[in-house]
Amino acid sequence: MDCITGRLYEKMLLIRGFEEKIAELFSKGYIHGTTHLYVGQEAIAAGVCAALKKEDIIFSTHRGHGHCIAKGIDINKMMAEFFGRESGCSGGKGGSMHIADFDNGNYGSNGVVGGGIPLAVGAALSVKMRRQDKIVVCFFGDGATNQGAFHESLNLASIWRLPVLFVCEANEYGLSMKTRRAMNVKSLDVRAQSYGMPGKTIDGNDACLVYSETEKAKKYVRSGGPMLLVCETYRISGHSKSDNEAYRDAEEINRWRKKDPIVRMEEQMISAMLATKDEMEAVKAGVAEKIDKAVEFSLNCPYPKKESLFCGVYA
Amino acid sequence: MREITYAQAIREAMSQEMRRDKSVFLMGEDVGVYGGAFGVSDGMIEEFGESRIKDTPISEAVIAGAAAGAAMTGMRPIAEIMFSDFLTITMDQLVNQAAKARYMFGGKAKVPMVVRTAAGSGTGAAAQHSQSPEAWFANVPGIKIVIPSTPADAKGLLTAAIRDDNPVLFLEQKLLYRVLGQVPEGEYAVPLGKAKVCREGGDATIISYGRMLPVCLEAANQAKTEYGISSEVIDLRTLVPLDRRTVIDSAKKTGRVIIVHEACETGGFGGEIAATICGSDAFYSLKAPVMRYCGANVPVPFCETLEKAAVPDKDGVVERLNKLVNE
Repeated sequence: MDCITGRLYEKMLLIRGFEEKIAELFSKGYIHGTTHLYVGQEAIAAGVCAALKKEDIIFSTHRGHGHCIAKGIDINKMMAEFFGRESGCSGGKGGSMHIADFDNGNYGSNGVVGGGIPLAVGAALSVKMRRQDKIVVCFFGDGATNQGAFHESLNLASIWRLPVLFVCEANEYGLSMKTRRAMNVKSLDVRAQSYGMPGKTIDGNDACLVYSETEKAKKYVRSGGPMLLVCETYRISGHSKSDNEAYRDAEEINRWRKKDPIVRMEEQMISAMLATKDEMEAVKAGVAEKIDKAVEFSLNCPYPKKESLFCGVYA
Repeated sequence: MREITYAQAIREAMSQEMRRDKSVFLMGEDVGVYGGAFGVSDGMIEEFGESRIKDTPISEAVIAGAAAGAAMTGMRPIAEIMFSDFLTITMDQLVNQAAKARYMFGGKAKVPMVVRTAAGSGTGAAAQHSQSPEAWFANVPGIKIVIPSTPADAKGLLTAAIRDDNPVLFLEQKLLYRVLGQVPEGEYAVPLGKAKVCREGGDATIISYGRMLPVCLEAANQAKTEYGISSEVIDLRTLVPLDRRTVIDSAKKTGRVIIVHEACETGGFGGEIAATICGSDAFYSLKAPVMRYCGANVPVPFCETLEKAAVPDKDGVVERLNKLVNE
């Protein structure tokens, strides 16, 4: 399946498989802390990052595992970070919310909602001042659009015409707060108009669509400045590992499960005769093997030495 | 040697670094044609243009955050925050993002940025334009704190701050902006983390920084004349990194210490200095309890009488020195 659809499919499976493995490892007590799963939103990370070059820069969020995987991180090192091991991508100091992969243009996930948006604007300023041929993509959720940092950042990016694509993953919730209770606008893309930049809302559960819309947006961003792309989706998993989910019912979740981006893509591939069921099963088996290997790699890594406690505070 | 003001010295450091290194630039509110609220960047736009002297909207969070993002991706920004009181609006970006990026990503990020801001009281600007916020940041690992007390140090320390690969908070002292001093013309850096013994003495040590430093030097002269007290005066220059060695050595030498700063006493940096001395072997050389003389624990008031009463002054230092040494 060496086509864009096939690559998107495999990437989504890798993200889903990784997240399911993380959930399992948490429930069995192998890893501690907290984590925010990306289940249900895979089409956005996969679709956006498939349109990016290695040099293009991304800034991610607390729900950032999908972005990191889609941007090409070594999942062994990423998994080892969850286990708090020395070979983890952040040396065991970051954990689930602080994954970065600078060599692949991933400038890190972020524990503060909206906290990465100003950083992305700064990176885009850097790209523009250094006349580099790349763009910056800033991921955030609908919840972040109620933070002051979002508004300051979109405004500055707009007046300076910076090459940054703001990707809002509207997943219906900010923890327990339904998006429609948190803002009085129906469609988030109107927030782009306030800052004089184009805003567009698309179906965020269709990976091929996300990919093609990102390609278009990229062309605009390179020459015209910032843009807001709102991708509508749903957070199938709870907010974090400690979410009791008292605020939503199973019926709502099931309704969205029917729009699961992976199931949808499988149906599309079958009907377009892009792949057979056997071929898709083979991809799934390959992904599962990679994830199992990442766990095995992590379990064999030592924990960081106590002396490393003081390393890396200052350059 | 020629004399220039503290503000001119800061401008000279920025200009020389911008000529030397294309990745250095300045951004902030009204830093362009207006020249900055205190005139520090006056005329720089004529030499460097709008692309490197960047006026921003009134958006402190994104000023700080964009500086951090630009720093992480290869630039060396200088961000001006008009008044240090407005650092409150930058807190998430400075504390959670800039200061922690390196550590939480396992030592891989580099954040070479400087936040320049005007701190301190004395201009009748009242409670929201007069604070000395250094202690807030001293509690945040990952950020350095510089507070120059002379024009020469302002230039050398800012040069070092710009060349440093970490976020540096550079607290300029409003009341020193117009103060003249001898400043070498060429480029030079004063290393961060090296205190200066400004005056040697044997009876007591005065530890201070920023705009209280000249006050302490005058007080030391007066205490000598009036009471024959020989004071050693130490200018910390940078709170992070802190030159603990110089502080401890002087405390051992004189056995009597007074710490003077303008920021509020409670939770102020003076407590850290006192603990540094008392937790070291200098404790055994102490002939009197370590004394603190700091800003009153009040928001800075407006009227001149009260504003002056809220911060240490020369006579107050002299009086306390006399108590410290002779009682």
